[in-house]
Amino acid sequence: MAEYRVLLVDDEEEFVSALSERLELRGIEVDSALNGEDALAIMVEKTFEVVILDLMMPGLGGLEVLKQIKSAHPNTQVILLTGHGATKEGIEGMRLGAFDYLIKPVDIEEMLEKMKAAARTVGTG
Amino acid sequence: MKMSGIWQKFRQVMPKGLKDFPNYGEGVERYNLLRKNFVLIVCATAIIPLLLMAVINYYQYQSVLKEEIVNPLRRLITTTKHSLELFLSERESTLRLLIRERTFEELSSQARLNFIFQSLKAEFPEFVDLGLIDASGLQRSYSGPYELKGKNYKNQDWFQEVQLRGVYVSDVFLGYRKFPHFVIAIKRDTVEGDFYVLRATIDTEKFNELISTISLKPGSDVFLIDRDGILQTPSRHHGSVLEKVTFPIPPMSLEAVIGQTKDHHGEHLFGYAYLQQAAFILVLIKEPGEVMAGWFTLKIELLLLLVVSVAVIVIVSLRTTGLLVDRIKEADQKRESLYAEMEHTGKLASLGRLAAGVAHEINNPLAIINEKAGLLKDLVDLSKKYHDRKKLMEQADSILRSVSRCREITHRLLGFAKRMDVKVETIYLNELLQEVLGFLEKEAFHRSVMVSLNLAPDLGPIAHDRGQLQQVFLNIINNAFDAVEDGGNITITTKESDADPGTVEVAFADDGRGIHPNDLKHIFDPFYSSGKEQGTGLGLSISYGIVAKCGGDIRVESEVGKGSTFTVVLPQKCTMA
Repeated sequence: MAEYRVLLVDDEEEFVSALSERLELRGIEVDSALNGEDALAIMVEKTFEVVILDLMMPGLGGLEVLKQIKSAHPNTQVILLTGHGATKEGIEGMRLGAFDYLIKPVDIEEMLEKMKAAARTVGTG
Repeated sequence: MKMSGIWQKFRQVMPKGLKDFPNYGEGVERYNLLRKNFVLIVCATAIIPLLLMAVINYYQYQSVLKEEIVNPLRRLITTTKHSLELFLSERESTLRLLIRERTFEELSSQARLNFIFQSLKAEFPEFVDLGLIDASGLQRSYSGPYELKGKNYKNQDWFQEVQLRGVYVSDVFLGYRKFPHFVIAIKRDTVEGDFYVLRATIDTEKFNELISTISLKPGSDVFLIDRDGILQTPSRHHGSVLEKVTFPIPPMSLEAVIGQTKDHHGEHLFGYAYLQQAAFILVLIKEPGEVMAGWFTLKIELLLLLVVSVAVIVIVSLRTTGLLVDRIKEADQKRESLYAEMEHTGKLASLGRLAAGVAHEINNPLAIINEKAGLLKDLVDLSKKYHDRKKLMEQADSILRSVSRCREITHRLLGFAKRMDVKVETIYLNELLQEVLGFLEKEAFHRSVMVSLNLAPDLGPIAHDRGQLQQVFLNIINNAFDAVEDGGNITITTKESDADPGTVEVAFADDGRGIHPNDLKHIFDPFYSSGKEQGTGLGLSISYGIVAKCGGDIRVESEVGKGSTFTVVLPQKCTMA
């Protein structure tokens, strides 16, 4: 059932844990990181089809992490998480090569759909 | 340094309201004070030099006129005086010559004296008689029309005086023949220590001739008086010979003196001079003639000019000051309303930032709640072991619905905040109105206010600033909410303008209490509030500003007790630069 692997990057631990559990319940293999640095470190060891990346993070910002992921792992699709007011960053992220974006709080079905679509492009590509 | 010193001095005398403006006084009083002081200063600076000039002019004219009137008079008096004096001294000298050249014997001989008198009269016809009086006062010889030979003058005053002084000129008197004449007597001392006197009577007719030749102008009166004020020559208006004049005797002066007197005829020019030899005073009285009349008109004209100028200055300064102060007032008001608008906008902007911050902060815990509730639901859903799973699912769903509602709220807040930045974008008015109404749904619900939408379904997009239009609509709808009773009705209609295609009209009609016509006139004025509710009084002013800036308009129709309709007219595209 594990069609693709997902890396969840968000600084809110509670959010990450709950969301990864929900995704795992749906048979998706999920890793998580609480900041950009950790995420990049994990990605060196493991390959992910999809990265769910929060744009608003302390330390290495979301857009910076996105840039590094796209340069190191061009085959990995990144879906951005934004607040509603942060459309500017969202647009910038899309320009930098993100696959899609989701507005917090996220609707799980919408998220699954987008992840599926992203994974499909990786699979075919 | 010097200039600043002068300025400091000036500031000390400056009215308080002027130098301390605009800190001095309050509100309307402040402008009234400014107006008053401006008028005072302008009037003072204009009128004081004017008055000075008028006074200087007055005195200059006066002195010129004096030259013109007084000096000829003075000359006239002086010449007349001289000719009179000359006349007297000539007669005196003639007698002196006679008494010196002829011996006592010769003069006391009646026949000789007759001869001498004849030749004298041939030369000077005004001599009336001639006689010789010896030291005892006896008239030794006499030549003339009267029988005076043998008359003794010993005890008469004039004889005493001629003994004392050597010469005597009498006042004018009427003689036996009732015509005015006067007497000249000259004394001669003999070597023996004795003396004798030559006495002649002179007709004053010659005096009159001398005087009348100098001034024949009507209105002039020239005559001689003695020191008791007895007329020596006839006058035109002051009595005939030997009558007493009515005016007081002027003080002694050999020089001609010109003055002014007043009597029941009005003002007169009064000139006089004392004659040297005799106790005569030459008097000239002149009625103020044409020149004086000219002076009078000039005075009136000068006064008239002054009054008119002052009136013009006062009126002009009042008007210009009024205009100026009104302008200042207007500028002050504009500035104040601008400040208030800026403050208001600033408040809104910071409110927007606050809202954005709150929305962001709330979003994170909201996301957690969302995921936790979702997980809860997932767990219950996947597991079979819960008896109450239906109830649990319901709870989780309820949480999720609440999260969803919260998300709506934060979205709206963020949208509101974002729209603080002015930006023209494509807007669907109907959607925008519904968004705005979203803010007021709760209030409408609580107060049972019925908001009906009557939106033109095919209304095209317009290009405007979303945030500002939201502000305008929110404002007008808020006002409508304030105006209606609980359970009232508000109808919002959108349509394309019939008169001007491409222009869109949004009408907000309520059935509230309406606006009084007096208030209606000021409804878009800054700070104007009906006073029934608290408010900045800026809402409609700012709204109007926003709409007008884009080339639009807000129209109001209202009837007290029936309700109001605000119609916002918007062009297709905001023309704001």
